Amino acid sequence: MDAILFLVFAAIAVICGINMVVQKHPIASALSLVGVMAALAALYLLLGGEFIAAAQLVVYSGAIMVLFVFVIMLLNAGAEKKSIIRPWGKYFGAPLLLVFFGIMSFVVQRMTPASDGVTFGGFRGAGPREIGQSLFTVYLLPFEVTSILILIAILGAIVLARKEID
Amino acid sequence: MSYFVLALIKTGIVVGIFMHVLAYLQWIERKVIAHVQLRVGPRRVGPHGLLQPLADVIKLVTKEDLIPSHVNKVFYYMAPFVAVLFALISISVIPFGPQITVWGITTNMSLADPSIGILFILGISGMGVYGVALAGWASNNKYSLMGGLRSSAQMISYELPMALAIAAPLLILNTLNLREIGDMQAGYYWGFIPKWTIFQMPFPQVISFILFMIAAFAETNRIPFDLPEAENELVAGFHTEYSSMKFASFFMAEYANMVTVSAVATLLFLGAWHPILPTTFGSAYIPAIIHILAGVVCFYHASQPARPFDRYTLPVFGVIFMGLGSVFALAAAGPDLVSGIGNAALTDAVSALSQILTPLFWFCGKVLAILFVFIWVRATLPRFRYDQLMSFAWTFMFPAALINLFITGLLVALF
Repeated sequence: MDAILFLVFAAIAVICGINMVVQKHPIASALSLVGVMAALAALYLLLGGEFIAAAQLVVYSGAIMVLFVFVIMLLNAGAEKKSIIRPWGKYFGAPLLLVFFGIMSFVVQRMTPASDGVTFGGFRGAGPREIGQSLFTVYLLPFEVTSILILIAILGAIVLARKEID
Repeated sequence: MSYFVLALIKTGIVVGIFMHVLAYLQWIERKVIAHVQLRVGPRRVGPHGLLQPLADVIKLVTKEDLIPSHVNKVFYYMAPFVAVLFALISISVIPFGPQITVWGITTNMSLADPSIGILFILGISGMGVYGVALAGWASNNKYSLMGGLRSSAQMISYELPMALAIAAPLLILNTLNLREIGDMQAGYYWGFIPKWTIFQMPFPQVISFILFMIAAFAETNRIPFDLPEAENELVAGFHTEYSSMKFASFFMAEYANMVTVSAVATLLFLGAWHPILPTTFGSAYIPAIIHILAGVVCFYHASQPARPFDRYTLPVFGVIFMGLGSVFALAAAGPDLVSGIGNAALTDAVSALSQILTPLFWFCGKVLAILFVFIWVRATLPRFRYDQLMSFAWTFMFPAALINLFITGLLVALF
């Protein structure tokens, strides 16, 4: 049952990911990205990371992608024009991609520790309580630095938006 | 395997009842608004218009499904599906009662019981905006686009105060599991004040409740925040170009969202399925008394009919209410009565009745009370202006929710 569900959601994630690149219209691409995020949330849930799944759903597919779609609609961006495919891209694109994937899979194979592997629902100890405790004890400094970084980004966005009005 | 059978049975029951509730909410809304405005509301189809939802459904299904030539077909078809899908998913994690043991089977009165139930509902309700936004955009029409844009902006803005308002009771209850949230609120202060979060002793969560309800109105696009479909500005907003069942699915989604937020408010603030009085005060008999009183009122009005048909319709309602009342009376007093008889099958059946019906009555009663407030507000308040809506969210709701969360956290840390 778990394996079937995993295959279904993994297939959805991959198809939506490809669709995001292939689609011409920005809205279609954005919605495919939402599909990828939601399928990833389902995969996290299958592995047992319930809180991470919910956070993925709330933050990525719920908040960030809504903003994306909102901005695309507000700017009323049309379908993108087909760009010219250069000859070297036509002939060397696919082989280079294959080489890239080969190297990547080789590196991943070598770098990952040879553990027992992942089991469905085997991921324990990542409930909201554990995540909160480790965020405010072990990872307190990175957490605070990240919040300050985001604060700076917000201030920068406000400053940039102000300039246009004057 | 028995888990699957049980889940299928529960899903069948919940979906069946939920669909009827959605259809009849429309009838209740029309009736309540009519009575607020001193009209009688629908009463042509069936006794007191009770078959009106059926007539509406038949009309909507059989109407011509018009598709304008200028729309973006794929997204135009997708939008109503998305809206209904995300509106209906949330009901799967809502517990209607505590864990029960009937006929030797221990189960929850909910379809699923994830440890992050409340976050799941937040996530799914955040996804719900895609239906409205897509419908507005795919219709390829200025007014629809304005409706879709307003809806996305409104949802993003009001999700923040909503989440902050939810966080305050969660700090007190210390769990994200909806069933545990319900269980935590059992018991009474000094023997008679229920330990609901809204009466929580160090810091009653009244402010959180009010903030949550305001945000819930905005999240479900209800008056006074129904800017996405403001009739006087945008024709009908995001669903201007929709007809037939596609049009109806947006309404279905709206009512399903209303039921979900009402259930969440009940679970988080109003003590879920716990009665308002302790059982020592006889609260187990309240459901039976209410139904029997309703039956008596029906019989009284049937004896002095105000309208000619009341002579025949009201006694039927009276008998129905009396029957329900006697079932609830059996659920309340039954376990003690039948234990004397010693028939095992009878004891099991009556105990199941008692375990299921009593929490279900209180939960549904509270949800219906909140739904009534939704309809009441619609009949009472005018619509906000768009800039008022936004400044209200960011300059009042958000700081108020933050301060409320801060004070609650401080008190939780102190006590």
